[in-house]
Amino acid sequence: MIGGILSLELLVSALRMSVPLTFASLGGVFSERGGVVNIALEGIMLVGAFGAVVGTYFTNNPWIGLLTAMSFGFLIALIHAVVSITFRINQIISGTALNIMSAGLTTFLSRLIFKAAGSSPHIEGMVQWRFPGTNWQISPLIVIMFTVIIVSQIVIFRTRYGLRLRACGENPYAADSLGVNVIRMRYSGVLISGVLGGLGGAFLSLEHARVFVEGMTTGRGFIALAGMIFGRWTPLGSFSACFLFGLAEALRMRLEGFGIPTQFIQMIPYIVTMCVLIGVVGRAVAPAYDGIPFEK
Amino acid sequence: MLRRILINILAPFLAVLLAFSVGAIVIYILGENPFYVYKILLVNSVTKVDGWGYVLFNATPLIFSGLAVALAFKGGLFNIGVEGQIYIGAFACAWFGITFDVHPLIGIPLGLIFAMIFGGLWGVIAGYLKARFGAHEVINTIMLNFIAIALTNYLVNNPFKEPGQINPIPQTKELFSGSIIPRVYPLFNRIGINISPSVPLNYTFFIAILFCIVVWYFMEKTRWGYEIKAVGLNPRASRYGGINPNHIIILTMFLSGALGGLAGINDIMGYRHRFLDGFSRGTGFTGIAVALLGKNNPIGIVFASILFGILDRGALAMDVFTNTPRELIRVIQAIIIIFVAIGNEFIFRLLQRLERESE
Amino acid sequence: MAEYILETRGITKHFPGVLANDSVDIKIREGEIHSIIGENGAGKTTLMNIIYGIIRPDRGEIFYRGKKVEISNPSVAIKLGIGMVHQHFMLVPPFTVWENIILGREVTKRGVLDKDTVCSELRKLMEDYGLSVPLEEKVEELSVGICQKVELIKLLYRGAELLILDEPTALLVPQEIEELFEILDNLKRQGKTIIFISHKLKEVLRISDRITVMRRGKVVGELDGKEADEETLARLMIGKTLESQKLEMYERGEEILRLEGIRLSPRLKNINLTLYKGEILGLAGIEGNGQRELLEIITGLLIPESGKIFYKNREIKHLDPRTLREIGIGFIPEDRQRTGLILDFTVAENIILGRHYKEPYTVRGRLNLPVIKKTATDIVKEYDIRTSTVDKYVRFLSGGNQQKVILGRELYSEPELLIASQPTRGLDIGATEMIHNLLLSARKKGMSILLYSSDLDEIMTLSDRIAVIYNGEIVGILSPKEIDETTLGLYMTGARKD
Repeated sequence: MIGGILSLELLVSALRMSVPLTFASLGGVFSERGGVVNIALEGIMLVGAFGAVVGTYFTNNPWIGLLTAMSFGFLIALIHAVVSITFRINQIISGTALNIMSAGLTTFLSRLIFKAAGSSPHIEGMVQWRFPGTNWQISPLIVIMFTVIIVSQIVIFRTRYGLRLRACGENPYAADSLGVNVIRMRYSGVLISGVLGGLGGAFLSLEHARVFVEGMTTGRGFIALAGMIFGRWTPLGSFSACFLFGLAEALRMRLEGFGIPTQFIQMIPYIVTMCVLIGVVGRAVAPAYDGIPFEK
Repeated sequence: MLRRILINILAPFLAVLLAFSVGAIVIYILGENPFYVYKILLVNSVTKVDGWGYVLFNATPLIFSGLAVALAFKGGLFNIGVEGQIYIGAFACAWFGITFDVHPLIGIPLGLIFAMIFGGLWGVIAGYLKARFGAHEVINTIMLNFIAIALTNYLVNNPFKEPGQINPIPQTKELFSGSIIPRVYPLFNRIGINISPSVPLNYTFFIAILFCIVVWYFMEKTRWGYEIKAVGLNPRASRYGGINPNHIIILTMFLSGALGGLAGINDIMGYRHRFLDGFSRGTGFTGIAVALLGKNNPIGIVFASILFGILDRGALAMDVFTNTPRELIRVIQAIIIIFVAIGNEFIFRLLQRLERESE
Repeated sequence: MAEYILETRGITKHFPGVLANDSVDIKIREGEIHSIIGENGAGKTTLMNIIYGIIRPDRGEIFYRGKKVEISNPSVAIKLGIGMVHQHFMLVPPFTVWENIILGREVTKRGVLDKDTVCSELRKLMEDYGLSVPLEEKVEELSVGICQKVELIKLLYRGAELLILDEPTALLVPQEIEELFEILDNLKRQGKTIIFISHKLKEVLRISDRITVMRRGKVVGELDGKEADEETLARLMIGKTLESQKLEMYERGEEILRLEGIRLSPRLKNINLTLYKGEILGLAGIEGNGQRELLEIITGLLIPESGKIFYKNREIKHLDPRTLREIGIGFIPEDRQRTGLILDFTVAENIILGRHYKEPYTVRGRLNLPVIKKTATDIVKEYDIRTSTVDKYVRFLSGGNQQKVILGRELYSEPELLIASQPTRGLDIGATEMIHNLLLSARKKGMSILLYSSDLDEIMTLSDRIAVIYNGEIVGILSPKEIDETTLGLYMTGARKD
């Protein structure tokens, strides 16, 4: 039984489960490293999932669906950026409002466009890429994800942009005194998180479910944030954490045949997240000015 | 002083107006007439007595939810977990109601107490994690929402499912009569208010108003309210002032969760008389909008709840009589939150400037 | 070649409720060390922030090397050759020194930060100017003195010709101040111009070529550095002559507080200290040597790993702040806005903080508002706190009045032991004098005071004895009459020890 549980198949499944979480988590890293807390990732993922379905449905091209997802995510993130950076509204309130809005907006538009609130019509997923010379396939999005992880890690810690972004999160006043445009940097962090979060949602609807269902993110945006915290606000760390969450998710699905009521199995990801947050205390420190509006 | 009150009322009012304007633009783009849609949305609710009955019925859980969020907010905490606290409190109350057959004078208060205690305990989980481990209460309360929904879903599907039930959505047995809160129409009709028996408005509404007064008194006139506010504003200075912030955080989340737990009473004891899976449709989140719009103030919360009650009532009509999907209401709600928050911020800065100049 | 490297004409700046700069004209000659002095609130920092581009003036002009310039943001200032070291360091703690230096002016190779080129450039720079800092260490691990050097290198790396230093000696100990002056002389010899902002007259007189005095937003005097003296400067600065405080003799009473072997990793190694009734014991030490932890232990916020604390012969190390207050220990915390007050509470609510749960303020859980208001009104009157009503949010009071709220609150319960941490930090001379008088009269009534301050003048003036803390230990108990500031500095830097 143990052998059946721990297998390559499980790891692959875990990887697939971790994709939406990882994208959102990476988005969180960019946003929070710049100093803006982005609770709206849940809503961003949701509109991304919706956008992917809309784009694919009308053009029969999942890549357009990806673009739509990224733009929808970008738009929600833009609102969050304007409200919390320019207007300096409490970032948790702004994020929560956007989550409510995204939920309403996606159902609203779904009803309008597809004439059905609960779910959209089924769509074609992405054509899987083949490993040359083998029978193995991998989703393009997974390849994109790994690329983004590595690029993010380099950008954040080794480039000029990353240095300035991190400065805006750790001490924006110091950055400002040296001529760094803190407002613009923070905007960039939030907008990037919108694009990445949208990609995460796109994977959910495009690859995972092949359909948009109202509320389909079921808290993944928040779990992704927990992953970011657990990963100490680094891309590599966030991926590791999200992979662990993905593993929990994959295990959960395997447990469903074993006689435990499904509702308790459903609870597993959320309980795991809470435990992770407890375990992280004292060891993971957010950027010093994370969540604090910048005011001259 | 008068100026301050005026500004405090003006801001939310403008925010609502702006949000509706944005909604109107959306409706127009969709090809419908905004005035027609808004008329449908509002008219039925406010012109008939029955309409008001439904409105106040809708407002009742929002009042509790808004109080819950507001109290936590004053304590410096974000309780996004009211939805979960509603389910847990409601189920505890329902369990009592289907297990014990007692006189209403015992049944109703005990039902309330069960809802408060269990809702409060659910809130304390997040409170304890924050106090002891410094864990982020926003993520934890949201996680607890999902856990609560799954938990009650299990309970209502298995041990407590009503035997031989026909309804496709799982529910418990009906509550014993001692745990039922009666509707208001008998009394109202007797005193001349002609409200029809089909209107579900029940005495829970008045219990909600009572709790508004209780919460106000608690926060403004007691030592505990003082300490909660102190910790919410400055935990460090509170420590030096002899207050234990950890204890206060736990107390705050218990009280907030208790109020959240009460939000389900309107449905459980006053309407369906049983626990229905998924009965709360986002009341916990609407409570956030209510608290913000009402500026964390009981009177404001009541008004905000009534506004949202009107919207909820009208949403049904909107679905039926227009082509505009009712989810637009939720979008408008979210926009209200944002505009109110922005308005609050500007007001705060304006007042600061005024105060400083009068030095 | 312009006569002045920097000239301002008619600079005016309003903030809500205050005119920070009122038509300010200053002239800085190239290659000189020019001090601008004035007490807190005189407008010096505002003026410098305008020159450095952090804020824009309402009116007025700035001329750099004879040409009119618009300095709309720090980048413009930096390009002109102006650099500023702020009072509160503008460093990113988790970044390394070299990362902090290049922030905003990064050098990259193939898209990635080019650490090697940067570090070799910096090493050359450090040689040229005689400054030395560890490039690869994280700033959060460095001392204040080194951080300041990092700030200077930041400016020099950007080719600054005009360096503005805002209160650079505030956190330094005498030996480090000497080192700084040497560096400044060196920079002057290399052709740099320095604007030195301070309110410390002795230092200013030592190094300045010329001095501009500001008071309440206006320039009230411009003097030659060699011709000025303390009295003239003080009179210009505050409009009246300084009064020196005289300490009365006191009778040493019995022991009231005794610390034995207090230990708390990593900062406190072994603290032994005794305080007697009726005395003011000054605690002197450079920030970071354990005084914050020591005070938090005495006031109940931290528990030591080992050791004992006796208050009137009672062991108190496990007691919480509430109990400590009840047995007669009062506390004026270092950061009045963060720790001492709840800014969005009213004056009355702040005054009862710490006593709010006791009768008569609370009766059976209910707050007794009339009594609270009366107590607050009495205290406001007794301590001359400037506020129209006790229902005003404390946030809107001036710094001095806020401090008086705290003092009134603590002294009202007539503690036997008062722990006062930086009680006059950031206050102007008038308010400082008032606080000093309040402390002295409390002492006269028999109260014991443990006074921690980084203002050595204050420590020397007010203390009956001075305990110096260095590296988590008390390295000396000194008598202010018998020593001078330099000796004190030696103890504070661990150069001397009893």
